[in-house]
Amino acid sequence: MTGEEIREEVLDILETIAPDEDLSDLDDSKSFREQLELDSMDFLDIVMELRKRHRIQIPEDDYLNLASMDSTVTYLKPILKDVEKAK
Amino acid sequence: MSPFYDTIIIGAGMSGLAAGIRLAYYDQRVCILERHTTIGGLNSFYRLRGRDYDVGLHALTNFTPKGTKKGPLTRILRQLKISWDELRISPQLGSEIVFPGVRLRFDNDVDLLRAEVASKFPDQAANFDRLIAAIVEYDDLDESHLEISARARIAEYITEPLLVEMLFCPLMFYGSAREHDMDWGQFSIMFRSIFLEGLGRPHAGVRLILKQLVRKFRGLSGELKLRAGVKEIVVEGGHATGVILDNGEHLAARRVLSSAGWHETMRLCNDGQPVTPRSTGRLTFCETIATLDEQPRDLGHRSTITFFNDSDTFHWAVPNEPCDVRSGVICSPNNFAYDAGSKNISGTMRITALANFDYWQSLDEETYQLEKLRWYDRITESAVRFVPDYRSRVIDTDMFTPTTIVRFTGHDRGAIYGAPDKQLDGRTHLANLFVCGTDQGFVGIIGSILSGISMANQHCLRD
Repeated sequence: MTGEEIREEVLDILETIAPDEDLSDLDDSKSFREQLELDSMDFLDIVMELRKRHRIQIPEDDYLNLASMDSTVTYLKPILKDVEKAK
Repeated sequence: MSPFYDTIIIGAGMSGLAAGIRLAYYDQRVCILERHTTIGGLNSFYRLRGRDYDVGLHALTNFTPKGTKKGPLTRILRQLKISWDELRISPQLGSEIVFPGVRLRFDNDVDLLRAEVASKFPDQAANFDRLIAAIVEYDDLDESHLEISARARIAEYITEPLLVEMLFCPLMFYGSAREHDMDWGQFSIMFRSIFLEGLGRPHAGVRLILKQLVRKFRGLSGELKLRAGVKEIVVEGGHATGVILDNGEHLAARRVLSSAGWHETMRLCNDGQPVTPRSTGRLTFCETIATLDEQPRDLGHRSTITFFNDSDTFHWAVPNEPCDVRSGVICSPNNFAYDAGSKNISGTMRITALANFDYWQSLDEETYQLEKLRWYDRITESAVRFVPDYRSRVIDTDMFTPTTIVRFTGHDRGAIYGAPDKQLDGRTHLANLFVCGTDQGFVGIIGSILSGISMANQHCLRD
């Protein structure tokens, strides 16, 4: 997946987790927590959704890489580089 | 070969079903085992002589309107992927706490309660605001606060003993497993969930919530077995390897999550592990239910929940009498702000009073039936001192006692709110056996659903 594809995928996951949130003006450099009222349970869901969709394991120590869209994409790029984007 | 599951969950109550949804959503093979013929446990429902009854639920606490971004209700809906509209919870009309000579009304806007305190206890108004501020600031993730006496903390703010008693009364009735006092943490959580958030109810009652949970769980390929009591948790080499059902069937699992209660779960383990000494819950209730031939509001009763106490001191302890009729909770499911056009629910008055388990347990069948009738009358007689006398309008009645609760939930001594000491981390002596539900954490419908979710998240998802 390219960076842009990963971004779309993460947006899709955020939409599943917090269906009532408006994601259209998400600032990629700012933390999700600040913008979306996500709590630790929601972060676990991001990790679990990635695992469910792409069979990747994210160790607990790495969760802090998922703070914002930018850091998430940077973190996931090498992990997902050989994975095809699902339709 | 016996069936193999990732997680076996004991009990199809709110916590077990919520945990099941979380695990099944993330593709685990999950089986929920329920001994009873129906789901729900401590919050359930039944039909008798053509009428629907709720057990447990008077109202959901933590009510926040659709679109609210924070709070336990929002968190639960998100975690279970249930939309607000699927539960369609309607807010209360307004409730009250009634002590001799003083009536404090409250609804889902805390300003009403603040105004009531200011008018009935003028010199406590500023103190009450300070108390609210302290509760808003209370961090429920900081477990060090949990064991502080709430009575000691409240005394730092409120200096009028009657007001203190009036505040404790509803919070204890709706969630204190401890006699006489509460932990400051539990007090703060209950205060928020009742006074700062609020009370609500789906028009169809608790069955709607339970049916949505089951539908969700089954839609994710979760298995739910009714009439499937667990006789034993099989322990081999320090691990739970599965369970044996009452009918002898063996089910294997990588882990077991039990909502049966702490002692109840320990007794199921077949490794002879001595049960960790801790006190059992002792607080239990009788409840009378009257169906009326008209709506309570036509009798002049508009209160959603009325908490009453007939003296200046509120007693929260196991009574010496079969029931303690000095205080109680009167609930009318009719008195919620349902959508316009909703069908009228039959006029209903439910009264809950503290009860003595040992007494009810000791009776033979004939005496039990007679005592039920006698105490139905005494509880009602006590309650109509505080609400309009509805006794001439009653067309059907029912009643449960502590032994009814034991029969249908399997919880020791009918302890509605479980043991006073909670197993907050949900862990047991076995690395892959965990507890959820009333003995793990918080109580009530929202509390038990949160318990199931958080134990599933912490112990059953991350491997």
